[in-house]
Order: sequence, then C-alpha cells, then structure tokens
Amino acid sequence: MTAMIELESVSKRFMKRLDVAEKLFNLMGGDVREQTVHAVDKVSLAIAEGEVVGLVGESGCGKSTLGRVIAGIHPSSDGTVRFKGHDIEKMSHAEAKEWALQVQMIFQDPMSSLNPRLRVRDIIGEAPAFHGLVKSNELDDYVDDMMLRVGLDPSFRRRFPHQFSGGQRQRIGIARALAVKPAFLVCDEAIAALDVSIQAQVINLFMRLRAELGLTYLFISHDLGVVEHLSERVVIMYLGRVVEIAGTEELFARPNHPYTVALLGEVPRIDRRGQTFVPIKGEIPSPINPPSGCHFHPRCPHAMERCRVEQPMLREIAPGRYSACHLNDQS
Amino acid sequence: MASNTPTLLVEDLKTYFYTKAGVAKAVDGVSFSVAKGEVLGLVGESGSGKTVTGFSIIGLVDPPGKVAGGRILFNGEDITGASEERMRRLRGSRIAMIFQDPMMTLNPVLRIDTQMIEAVQAHDKVDRKTAFERSRDALGQVGIPSPEERLKAYPHQFSGGMRQRVAIAIALLHKPDLIIADEPTTALDVTIQGQILYEVQKLCRERGMSLIWITHDLAVVAGLADAICVMYAGRIVETGAIAQVIDQPLHPYTHGLIGSVPSHNRRGQPLAQIPGMAPSLLNMPQGCAFHPRCPRADAKCLEIPGVTTPRQPDHRVRCFHPHAGAAA
Repeated sequence: MTAMIELESVSKRFMKRLDVAEKLFNLMGGDVREQTVHAVDKVSLAIAEGEVVGLVGESGCGKSTLGRVIAGIHPSSDGTVRFKGHDIEKMSHAEAKEWALQVQMIFQDPMSSLNPRLRVRDIIGEAPAFHGLVKSNELDDYVDDMMLRVGLDPSFRRRFPHQFSGGQRQRIGIARALAVKPAFLVCDEAIAALDVSIQAQVINLFMRLRAELGLTYLFISHDLGVVEHLSERVVIMYLGRVVEIAGTEELFARPNHPYTVALLGEVPRIDRRGQTFVPIKGEIPSPINPPSGCHFHPRCPHAMERCRVEQPMLREIAPGRYSACHLNDQS
Repeated sequence: MASNTPTLLVEDLKTYFYTKAGVAKAVDGVSFSVAKGEVLGLVGESGSGKTVTGFSIIGLVDPPGKVAGGRILFNGEDITGASEERMRRLRGSRIAMIFQDPMMTLNPVLRIDTQMIEAVQAHDKVDRKTAFERSRDALGQVGIPSPEERLKAYPHQFSGGMRQRVAIAIALLHKPDLIIADEPTTALDVTIQGQILYEVQKLCRERGMSLIWITHDLAVVAGLADAICVMYAGRIVETGAIAQVIDQPLHPYTHGLIGSVPSHNRRGQPLAQIPGMAPSLLNMPQGCAFHPRCPRADAKCLEIPGVTTPRQPDHRVRCFHPHAGAAA
C-alpha cells in the first residue's frame, strides 16, 4: 500500500515579531527577544491509503496545526511532506492543484467555517464549478447528489447556513469537502460542537462515506471515546511532539507512554460507576517555553534525572508500535 | 428543621419565555429533590431546559422569561416568590452557581483577591484580613498552588482550568448547602476536567454539600452523580439512581442516548443513533415531545404520558411504552 501522506520530521513554528515599541526599547538598550512557539516539533508520520488515523491531544498540543500542515493550509517550517510519494515543495503546478483538491478539511465550528451570506447551493457548488469538475448545466444535479449523500434534503438548497441546525450545518461542511472528490479528509474536532444524539448521526455518516467512497481520514479530537470508535491507529501528541503511535486496540488495552496511561485514566466512561477521580498533576506547560528533555517530565510519575536532560526519541517498541519514553530502554 | 428535609425540593416547576413568536415552555412541569450530600446529574441536550432549570432555582431568569408555576423549597423554605432581598442573601452564601465559562463569571479588570474579598464581605461582616485569609484557604482547597501569590493575579493570567478553580473557590467561600454547576468542565481538557471532578467529589464527600451537575455528557455523570434526571424538551423523562438509569433505562430517549455513546459500542460498528433532532420549543409536537423520533411511538403517544414507576418505586419514567429489559 502506498502512503497517502508521509511526514518526515515536520516542524511548524510561529514567531511573534517585535512591535515598534519593543524595537525602540531594544534600541535604547533593552532586551526583548522574538518569541517562537514550537507548535509542531519534528513529527514523522505516514498515513496509508484507506486508513483512519486518530490524532489525540489536549488543547495547545499542536494537533490542529499538524492537521492544517497536512491539509496544506499552513506551510511547514521544516521537514518534508509527501503526498502519494511526491514532495509537495517540488510539485508541478498541476500536481499541487491535484493535491489541494484531494486533501480536504472539515472544521469544528460549522457556523464560522461556512460563509453566512452564501446559499447552500453556492457553498457546495462553488469549488467544483471553479475547478471544472462539473459542467455548469449539471451543477444543480451535482449539488443535489452531494446533499443526498450527506443526508440533507435537496429542497433546502436555496437556504442560508443560519437556517439550519448545528448537525445539519456540519453536514453542509462535509458536503462542501466532498464536492471536489477528495481522497483524504482531515476532520478537526468535527463533531465536538454537536449534541450527543447528533454526534452519533455524524459519526455514522463519516463511517458510511468511508465505505462508499474509500476515503482516508485523519480524525483530530480530544474525545478518546470517539477516536477509539472510529480509528484503526491512534497518534498521541503532547506539546508539539508525538509521544505514542499504536493500533487502537493495542493502545487502549496496553498504553505504553505515561502520558497515554494518564490520559486514558482521566476519561469518564459510562460504564464506570461511582468513580474516584485521580488527577494528573499540574498543567499543560506553555509551548513558548517548554520544559527541557522530555516535555512531560514535570507531570510524569516516573520521571528520572535523564528525562530532565535528554529528549526521548520516538522508537519502535513492538511491530507497528512507537513510543517516546526513556522507560522503554530500561527493561 | 427535620433532618430528612431535602436540601432542595422542586415541584412542578414551570418556566416560560413569553416571546413575540409565542410562549416557549423551556421548563414545563419539572419535579425533583436533592438530599443533603447528594450529587444529582441533570442531563439533556441543548435546548432541553436544563440550564433554565438551574437559573430558576437560583432566581436568575430574566424577562421575557418567568417562573410561571410550581414550587421550589430550599431547606424547607419556599423561595419561589421570595423577595429580591431574600434571594440576594441566599445567592452566594447558601446556594452558589458555577457557570460553563469562568471568563464570564470573573471580572477581567479586577484582581482575584478584590473579587474574593468582595464576595466574602457581601455576606459576612468581617474585616479585610479575615476575608483575605478565607479567600486564600478557599483557593488552597481547590488545589491552586501558592494561593497567597495567585490572589494578586488577574483572571487573564490564569489558564482555563485554573480560572474554573477560582470560580469554584468563590462558590465555596460561604460553604453553601447547594451548588449548581452548569457544564463546568465542558470547555476544559480531559486531564483538567479530571482534576476538577476530583476536587468537586472530594468537597461533596467531606462537607456533605449537595450538588446539581448540569451536563450533556452522560459519561461524566455516570462517574460522579448518585442520581440522575434526564431532560427532553422541558420535561424530565426519566429519573432514578445512576445504576438504574444507566444500566436499565426505561425511556426510549435515555436508551438512545446511552446507545449513542461511542465507548458503549463495538468499534467500527455503526452507532445506535436517534433519528431527527430535538424539537423547537415554539413548535412542540403534540403529546409526548419525543414521539416523532421514537421507535416505540404509536397513536397513544399523542397524549402527554404521566409519570409511572414500572420497575422500582424510585425509578420514574414518563412514557407509555417503557423498555422492559436491560440496556442494549
């Protein structure tokens, strides 16, 4: 199987430039430095065709940024991104356009990702018409098709986004992404804003579309229950770095990294009754000034001297299982 | 006061919103009670009236909304028609509320100590020093490290989880008998949510404080609460002890909600979904509000079902066709 997307030590940094006042202050002998946020720090990852990968992490861990780098919304600062074997920086114009259409993104808040002043017909139909995927006289039928596919009534095609409920709006966002016939969908917290009963409907829709269209998914979420249900492989991120990659069943049955263990322990589950909650110590550190060595060491119950100094590398600990923890060197 | 008086008793509460488009019955005949030290989970989807129920108890329903009927007994005292002065004495000292977004409850231009000392002095005639000490102790209790220094900070200098702890600390200042928590962990990360749940659970067990935890997340309630009320379109459709409701739900809606929780399902299998969506409060279906989405509905459901107890006396349901067996 060829890899749909391959990342090789991809980093994404955001710089906070100095403003005029800070530059003046520096001229007068002050010492204000530019701040760099390492949102994504040397991440390597390959997603095979037809695979569903879950990307899990807490807010600020860089999971959305990674998703945007993969979808081509943010350029990476370092490293190589390959789409179907082609380095995206060395692509011809035609290849780059193909890549842009093949990878589509679905966002968390459908209200802020849909243009409130466009009718549904235009939201869904604009991109395929622009890219010449459908003839203009067939566009209406095409839009109807897309709406039916995601479970919307085509007679609503002249409505505006505000006339729909949250779940329906998310379906419009999905239809818009599907309209350019993508092979790969990056779903960034796509169901987090929906009610429980609506969540189930949208999850089922994602699974049906995958079966019908053979889509590849990167499912970004903080909800472990959803990720466990949908994905075949799970990637856990902490402060810009990947700390563990494993098959879903493996990961939930035998988490390796202390962070994964802690994360799984925190999840409230419906079948756990009268639970005594045991918290992880501390807060998520700021990515502007991350801890040295292993980023997790200030909160880790097993931290040793080495964790403070040396960054653990993501290594294969069993076939198809990767973890970045010094503890694996000891046993 | 008899020891078996529940901390809170709500009887047939009706809160209506009189809008231009018609009367929206946000809460329509809700009854429940919370005993001393009990944690009640109030579960429902958006628009089910769970937040308005909380607001009605604490007397914060704004026009065009109005408590149109029913009684709210707090420690045996009817506070439904209580004067604004009486409510102000109760709010913050005996009943406290924690909101979803702590940035909205904290004043962004005042330091934490100013806000907390003000809250202490609003109800107790103590000097600034005592008030400061009580604030410091309250912050320490909810697990904020070095509370003495943190009191001098502004809300924006805290992270989301820390802010929510401050909000909880303020709610705890007067050791209230009842705390109403409205989705307090929804905006937080999993690990931070775990920390907050841990603190809240500890406080309830140690202090015998009663808690109403309003949420849409069944999983959180399953771990935390003793009893649960499931709301749908302004009515409680099912109520009982946690084990009864989660393991053997009677109402088709509860059944559907539990079925749609991913961790309850086999991986990769389609989730048991509830078709359709919640009705608009202005355009409610006739009879049982759930019947257009209900797999068990028939002609009988065009009437409003009464409360029955088909299995156990304290496991109540509003349905003509409750489930008999265990959950799927």
